[in-house]
Amino acid sequence: MKTGELVDLLARDTTRHAAPGSTLLRALVPAGVVSAIVMLWWIGLRPDLAAALHTPRFDVKLLLNIALWFAATGLVLRLSRPVDHPGIWPAVLWVVPCALLVGVILELFIVPRGQWWSVAHGTNSTWCLRLIPALALAPLVATLWMLRRAAPARPALAGAAAGLMCSGLAGTLYALHCPDDSPLFVGIWYVLAAAIVTLAGALCGARLLRW
Amino acid sequence: MEHAERELQWVAWMRAATAGDEPAYRQLLESLAEHLRRTVRYRVARMGQGDLEVEDIVQETLLAIHLKRHTWRSGEPVSPWVAAISRNKTIDVLRRRGRRCESPLDEADDADLTVRDAAEEGTGQDLERVLGALDERARRIVQLVSIEGHSSRTAAQKVGMSEGALRVALHRSLKTLAARWRDGGQ
Repeated sequence: MKTGELVDLLARDTTRHAAPGSTLLRALVPAGVVSAIVMLWWIGLRPDLAAALHTPRFDVKLLLNIALWFAATGLVLRLSRPVDHPGIWPAVLWVVPCALLVGVILELFIVPRGQWWSVAHGTNSTWCLRLIPALALAPLVATLWMLRRAAPARPALAGAAAGLMCSGLAGTLYALHCPDDSPLFVGIWYVLAAAIVTLAGALCGARLLRW
Repeated sequence: MEHAERELQWVAWMRAATAGDEPAYRQLLESLAEHLRRTVRYRVARMGQGDLEVEDIVQETLLAIHLKRHTWRSGEPVSPWVAAISRNKTIDVLRRRGRRCESPLDEADDADLTVRDAAEEGTGQDLERVLGALDERARRIVQLVSIEGHSSRTAAQKVGMSEGALRVALHRSLKTLAARWRDGGQ
């Protein structure tokens, strides 16, 4: 086929997708609702949630997850376009582990050495590792779908960013259930859970996001 | 100066196309095709891959630009966006051709093999070949709209579909072509 004929063909195709940002919103809202329903009906909120909101450890845990969610969302949107400038988002994202590290160091000073392990281990560490990836599943599928419609220059990296974003979202929801608020707990189990979801995102991205 | 003028023209066409101006979009694609032909030819020659079909890469890149045009943000320049897609596609094509002739026994001579094999291959992957991935009706639609130059309304009458259904079928066909092309033709 001549290139001129191809141009005719392309010019006749008037179907045009929405910009990545609005597609992400459209995909993430229903997926987030699915995760929220799973959270509320099957997993349940912690009974002392109202009281926990007034404790600094709980607030830090919640805020770190929300911060991860938002910073990674910015990165995902940047990486969804072929012109690949992540901009300020990697720097914003670094704030999250740095803040967590500060929290961990402070906690090590506050908690007596003999209790470090029991605090870090918490009451339901394995649930954290299972439920955060489970809650991240629907949002990750939605985000990868959106990225498939977009044009990421680096598929694996975009997939990893999607994983980070969804672990932030899932962690935010799970934090409302999880009774363990210590930064020592968050620094191990939430981070491991986020690593699992991020790795899954990167692997799926490398396979699914080529265009 | 010439680049700046071209950029302004592209942005104007791109904006108009976003608003549904088909003639402007056609002009943009024609201008991009010419630009891509020049850059791809240069790039391919510099890599010592002169035997590759430049026009195939141009066409595949045009198709990618078309299907991904919603990732251009109004207010941003068009040239870097086009360059990014073009780079991505050229690398993709070169990698694909390399992979096709990869010898599991002799990995060291990979670069030589790539050149030699491409020379033997001649025309390589082309649009006619990936069109084979479409079913008969989709292929007929593509033919009516491209080669025979029908509008979507008259093409729809010819194949007995509604205009809306034809538009959907056309878009789906283009996505299939892009996917099949990317996966290596056959």
